[in-house]
Amino acid sequence: MTDILQLLIYGLVLGSVLTMGAIGVSMIFGILRFAHFAHGDFMTLGAYLGLSFISAFGLSSWWALPAAMVGMAVIAVFIDQVLYRRIRRTQPVILLIASFGMALILRSLVQLIWGSDNQTYASGIQFPWQLDWLGGMRLKPDHLWIMLISLGLVAGVHLFLTRTRLGKAMRAMSDNMDLALVSGIPAERVIMVTWVIGGALAGAAGVFLGIDTRLHPVMGWTTLLPVFAAAILGGIGRPYGAIAGGMIIGVSMEMSTLLIPAAYKPAVAFAIMVGMLILRPQGIFKGTV
Amino acid sequence: MELTGIASYLISFLTFAGVYAVLALGLNMQWGFTGQFNIGVAGFFAVGAYTSAILTTPSSPAYLGGFGMPFLVGLAGAVIASTLLGLIVGLITARLRTDYLAIASIGIAEMVRLFVKNEDWLTNGVRGIAGIERPFADTVLDNPFVYLVIVALFVAGVYFLVQRAYASPWGRVLRAIRENEPATAAAGKSIAGFRLQAFVLGSAIMGLGGGLYAHFFGFLSPEAFMPLYGTFLVWVMLIAGGSGNNRGAILGAIVVWGVWSGTELLTGMLPSEHATQGAALRVLLIGVLLQVILVTRPEGILPEKPPKLIAKKR
Repeated sequence: MTDILQLLIYGLVLGSVLTMGAIGVSMIFGILRFAHFAHGDFMTLGAYLGLSFISAFGLSSWWALPAAMVGMAVIAVFIDQVLYRRIRRTQPVILLIASFGMALILRSLVQLIWGSDNQTYASGIQFPWQLDWLGGMRLKPDHLWIMLISLGLVAGVHLFLTRTRLGKAMRAMSDNMDLALVSGIPAERVIMVTWVIGGALAGAAGVFLGIDTRLHPVMGWTTLLPVFAAAILGGIGRPYGAIAGGMIIGVSMEMSTLLIPAAYKPAVAFAIMVGMLILRPQGIFKGTV
Repeated sequence: MELTGIASYLISFLTFAGVYAVLALGLNMQWGFTGQFNIGVAGFFAVGAYTSAILTTPSSPAYLGGFGMPFLVGLAGAVIASTLLGLIVGLITARLRTDYLAIASIGIAEMVRLFVKNEDWLTNGVRGIAGIERPFADTVLDNPFVYLVIVALFVAGVYFLVQRAYASPWGRVLRAIRENEPATAAAGKSIAGFRLQAFVLGSAIMGLGGGLYAHFFGFLSPEAFMPLYGTFLVWVMLIAGGSGNNRGAILGAIVVWGVWSGTELLTGMLPSEHATQGAALRVLLIGVLLQVILVTRPEGILPEKPPKLIAKKR
């Protein structure tokens, strides 16, 4: 029983990481109509930006978070302006190819700048709290923070989408592009904000992943498949669905280690995704098919 | 000595380019003809390569094998295995949007790599399978030049077939689906059916490429089927050469393989402590090359030229 609770915690932590990525993927899909394949490498780059920031100023690991979020928001807008904007008017699938190429460009940049060895934010062992009232389950302070901060970020995205003019415009564009454009929505500004949010959340996901495990140039790439699985499960183009999808995928991946070798964790995400594509391709929350 | 060195380099260069040309022709059937976005080329490539290797190698306690079958049986096995995999992926995604195929196909490629890496009994895991023989082993014909001729014959054969397919009424329906799906559906064509056929055929061709690769390189490990080598280079080749154009696919394979090997010569001159940076720099250059082509010349070196329709005389 304690084992299951323990895995549930790990699952929720992983789910928080996946949710941060999946909201971005889902929003970009809703507004720009393409699957953003560089999103995993946005996460990687964000994690390394955070690493450089904390080592340059000698700060503690959590300072990586704001640095990565701001840095990736700026870089995401920059990449959109330099590359994606130029090919937006062609078929969406050309954007998809470009983002696939961008993924490899970012990954090789990370390797060039930071090298290909494993790195960590902070050395030393963290002592977990032993929760006796939960059968002696252990909880690391870092894990608690990852879950609380991602909850806060999700609430922030929710408030933005429901309370601000730009957030409402974004939902309108995602629901019905043509109708939104004729009613005079500032499309370019909405697109820019989409990249700001998507980039910042990807940066946060990267830092969470780095705090939970370690930094590596392919860390984001290996997380991309579960992120897409989460976005599809929740209904692609539906940011709220991404939260549900992220948590389901995260918990299932960790729980699966009770039954199958841990090496096959990504296969669990993939299997859930394929099952969803066969049974209900629009996802739990009716996304775009 | 110098001259034979250059000759053997050239033979190896062209053989690799030929293997990649087969992969690019398979991808052209899926993407160039039909507009189906498969970024799991590496998965079909790997399944073909491993199937042929397992069927043809002598027995070994480390992995499944010992069938010792001839080269052509290995290749046939490679084609059958990748066809089956293509059928499974195709059946799931044929009715869905392009992006779903992209995500599902990259998943398949990662699953294949995960499987190959972890199922030691079948593939010897990360240690890989060595000693895969070329055809005509232990005879005079067992040399790299003869193998280049064999690969060239396969490239020519596949080119002939896909070119016929492109010009046929079947190919016309595929292009119609690519250009205007609702109109094609309105004309009474089964979109999902045609998509599935093109996807499976393309996957079969990729499996053949995998088999040819296994017998040329002689050694297989999961490393060779990383998305970079197995998928990304093939995509850059097809886009650079001209997607939709079979000659473009072959030309793209030769040109991009040339750029890729050329940058290896350059980074090879770097001191050895910068070797990993050199490798990353090459990937960066190829990635930037792709973006430049997409922005400036998306139709590639040889743009697609659909066959002229011959008007029927009244």
